[in-house]
Amino acid sequence: MALRSSDDDEAFRDEVRAFLEAKFTPELRALTARQAGVFADGDLARRWHRILFERGWIAPAWPTEYGGPGWTPRQGAIFQEECARAGTPRLPGMGLSLCAPVIMRYGTDAQKAFFLPRMLSGEHYWCQGYSEPQSGSDLASLQTRAVRDGDDYVVSGSKIWTTHAQFANWIFLLVRTSTEGKPQAGISFLVSPMDAPGISVRPIISMSGEHEVNQVFFDNVRVPVANRMGAENEGWTVAKYLLEFERGGGSSGVPLSVALERLVDIARNQPADGAASLYEDPVFRRDLARLEIEVMALAWTERRLAGRRRDGESIGNAAASLKKLCASELGQKIEDLSMRALGLYALPDQRGALGTGANESPIGPEYAVTPTARFLNGRASTIFGGSSEVQRNILARVALGL
Amino acid sequence: MSLDLTEQQTLLRDSVGRFLSDRYSFEARRQILNGDPGWSPTIWRAFAEELGILGAAFAESAGGLGGDALDTMVLMEELGRALVLEPFLETVVLGGGLLKRCAAPLATETIRGIVEGHTRLAFAYSEPQARYRWDDILTQARPEGAAQVLRGRKSVVFGAPAATHLIVSARTGGGRHDHEGVVLVLVDPKAPGVSLRSYRTLDGRLAADIDFHDVRIPPEAVLATSEVAPGIIEAALDEATAAVCAEAAGILDRLVSDTVAYTKERRQFGAPIASFQVLQHRMVNMFVKAQQSAAMSHMAALKLAEAAADGARSVAAAKAYVGEACREVGQSAIQLHGAMGVTDELAVSHYFKRAIAIETQFGSAEHHLNRFQQLSLGMASKTAA
Ligand SMILES: Cc1cc2nc3c(=O)[nH]c(=O)nc-3n(C[C@H](O)[C@H](O)[C@H](O)COP(=O)(O)OP(=O)(O)OC[C@H]3O[C@@H](n4cnc5c(N)ncnc54)[C@H](O)[C@@H]3O)c2cc1C
Ligand SMILES: Cc1cc2nc3c(=O)[nH]c(=O)nc-3n(C[C@H](O)[C@H](O)[C@H](O)COP(=O)(O)OP(=O)(O)OC[C@H]3O[C@@H](n4cnc5c(N)ncnc54)[C@H](O)[C@@H]3O)c2cc1C
Repeated sequence: MALRSSDDDEAFRDEVRAFLEAKFTPELRALTARQAGVFADGDLARRWHRILFERGWIAPAWPTEYGGPGWTPRQGAIFQEECARAGTPRLPGMGLSLCAPVIMRYGTDAQKAFFLPRMLSGEHYWCQGYSEPQSGSDLASLQTRAVRDGDDYVVSGSKIWTTHAQFANWIFLLVRTSTEGKPQAGISFLVSPMDAPGISVRPIISMSGEHEVNQVFFDNVRVPVANRMGAENEGWTVAKYLLEFERGGGSSGVPLSVALERLVDIARNQPADGAASLYEDPVFRRDLARLEIEVMALAWTERRLAGRRRDGESIGNAAASLKKLCASELGQKIEDLSMRALGLYALPDQRGALGTGANESPIGPEYAVTPTARFLNGRASTIFGGSSEVQRNILARVALGL
Repeated sequence: MSLDLTEQQTLLRDSVGRFLSDRYSFEARRQILNGDPGWSPTIWRAFAEELGILGAAFAESAGGLGGDALDTMVLMEELGRALVLEPFLETVVLGGGLLKRCAAPLATETIRGIVEGHTRLAFAYSEPQARYRWDDILTQARPEGAAQVLRGRKSVVFGAPAATHLIVSARTGGGRHDHEGVVLVLVDPKAPGVSLRSYRTLDGRLAADIDFHDVRIPPEAVLATSEVAPGIIEAALDEATAAVCAEAAGILDRLVSDTVAYTKERRQFGAPIASFQVLQHRMVNMFVKAQQSAAMSHMAALKLAEAAADGARSVAAAKAYVGEACREVGQSAIQLHGAMGVTDELAVSHYFKRAIAIETQFGSAEHHLNRFQQLSLGMASKTAA
């Protein structure tokens, strides 16, 4: 079977391990172990980005002409696996995974030459300006206006839930350039530096107490027409192309398996009533087994669908939605069990020990620091990138023809 | 048995509800939450002096109102609905529940302090090597002359940072899990040898891990000897568990009504999102779970008030049901609020976090399912014998 590893693959795995051994230093490991956000904090993300960039491994999915490493899909999977096992920082993908494919497909040569190398090096840190206060699930109703004025658009309105806008120096955004016809018909895709006059950022604190998302205000911000990707009023096609990557990118089987391994480590060290450890508690074991089987079901579904995509079946949107739906809901179940595994130590607010600036010692065992914050932050995964309800609506339409 | 509230209970509910809607708005609560010490002495004084609820569960002879588990239920539901941070559960229900069963003169005196509003309690019983069992105790109380010397460690002690007195379970004998040899002692948190690591819990309340390093306990501070302590602990924990079920009922009610209100307001695709059938069904499920949780909480309180033979089993059933309902209803409420739901800004995430904490407090749903099974087996074998 095609999925079996060759000797070459094993040699590649050794190379990745040796790299992680050398570059994912104890200091970085300690910092990363105290991260509970959807993505690593800005500073840590930048440091790790730089390290991968220097090795040429920052953009596994990119074609070699733009600086990708030219790996086989199997090598890409091995890299992802080894990074997940080692627990490397979760890098925000707004630039490398979301905006990059758009630039490659819709960008002009000049745009490609300017943006892609800077994205690769980490000089540009991107954020995503899709959602608005009145336009969440109904993205096409967005109202941030862009009015043409000579060689510029003048942009006014507000974006919200903008992840890492406080760290980013570039934003890609959807704007309304026309109110004619269907709402989808008047949208354009722009990019702007975050320090453009008229942009301001308001932090939004999440229920875990962390600051990951923001509201971004545009007050007559001038964006050069040259910063548009794709044609005017055809931004919706661009936006949807990007969403395929947001929903379906990468394999979710690997990070979910690793999350289960972490849970096993916790359970081995946790006390149980009536068993030597929680790991030996029969009820817990059944809960764990159920989740393991669900991860297998998803991982094999992903492999099967990837095969079909190669065979040219058009399941693009359906596959991406199915993956996003299952992976986010399953991820939440694992987060839930990981938190509950801690017993009463699920309850302390560990904020003093969380994040890169934190210096307090954990309350209870070291492994109790992150699961509750991850559980709280993980609630968002069935909301962002298209909620579970929206994914089900898409599947009903696309997969079932309803 | 009647499921109607008495006239007095209705009055109690209404006056507490009115007080909280006047004085404990979400914004007022946020001020308390974000400040030090994380609870409001002013509100606490009002509980004692204006509402008189700190004496609700105590005998009239001790200055209380002579209420029972049903009165506690009525109060806790209201406190839940307003998401009150003050340590009523820890002091009156749990601490008070222990003290009112202890014959020691110091117990009576301490109750008086509670009723008057200057004594706050925390019950230090859970230990790091235990999961949810109260009898998994390694903390030692060794005799030294007429006194005892306390040594050990307690974990996640709710309310401890606000407490003026700690009630501590410890062993004078017996091994881990033995009921024999367990005693209850009253400890001053400022006494030499007591050290607290204080912190907030995820729901913004207070707790601490506590080390007792050779703390001297005078003879009069032994509240309950090993003949009676296990029974007292079980009874008080059952009452406290029933009380958090009632608190949860108030919380779930708010989660449902906030979600219904939000989805009626929020428009997407040109319509209120409440008009989408899939969301309606989800809210109906939330509503059904909340109704049944209130009923289970009511059942548990009634059984305790009547001192029914299946009181403990009823409490286990209620907590198992309500714990799972907290998770399901809470998660649905967040989901239906979209990104607004995961922020600190709206009340819904605060209710959610308390609901999640209640799921674990006094034992998870799994723990109480186990207890329920065991207590059912126990009752079946008694009937057979
Ligand atoms: C942590 C986090 C990070 C985010 N980061 C970004 C970012 O970087 N950039 C960005 O642009 N956006 C970001 N978002 C926003 C995200 O994409 C939106 O939250 C999402 O699209 C849902 O929109 P909403 O929150 O307005 O919810 P709403 O659309 O108001 O939905 C509320 C509820 O109604 C349901 N619903 C809505 N429509 C339907 C329907 N037709 N049928 C059935 N149910 C429906 C939803 O599923 C949800 O349960 C982020 C969100 C979160 C929580
Ligand atoms: C064992 C049995 C005994 C019965 N006895 C009687 C009897 O004594 N007297 C009598 O009058 N009838 C009786 N019925 C008929 C019963 O009332 C109907 O089956 C029922 O009203 C559903 O109608 P239907 O079968 O045509 O299904 P449909 O109405 O076609 O429904 C099919 C499916 O669609 C769902 N559905 C329909 N409308 C909606 C909606 N608006 N929103 C969401 N989902 C929807 C339904 O829940 C169902 O899952 C009986 C049926 C059964 C199975």
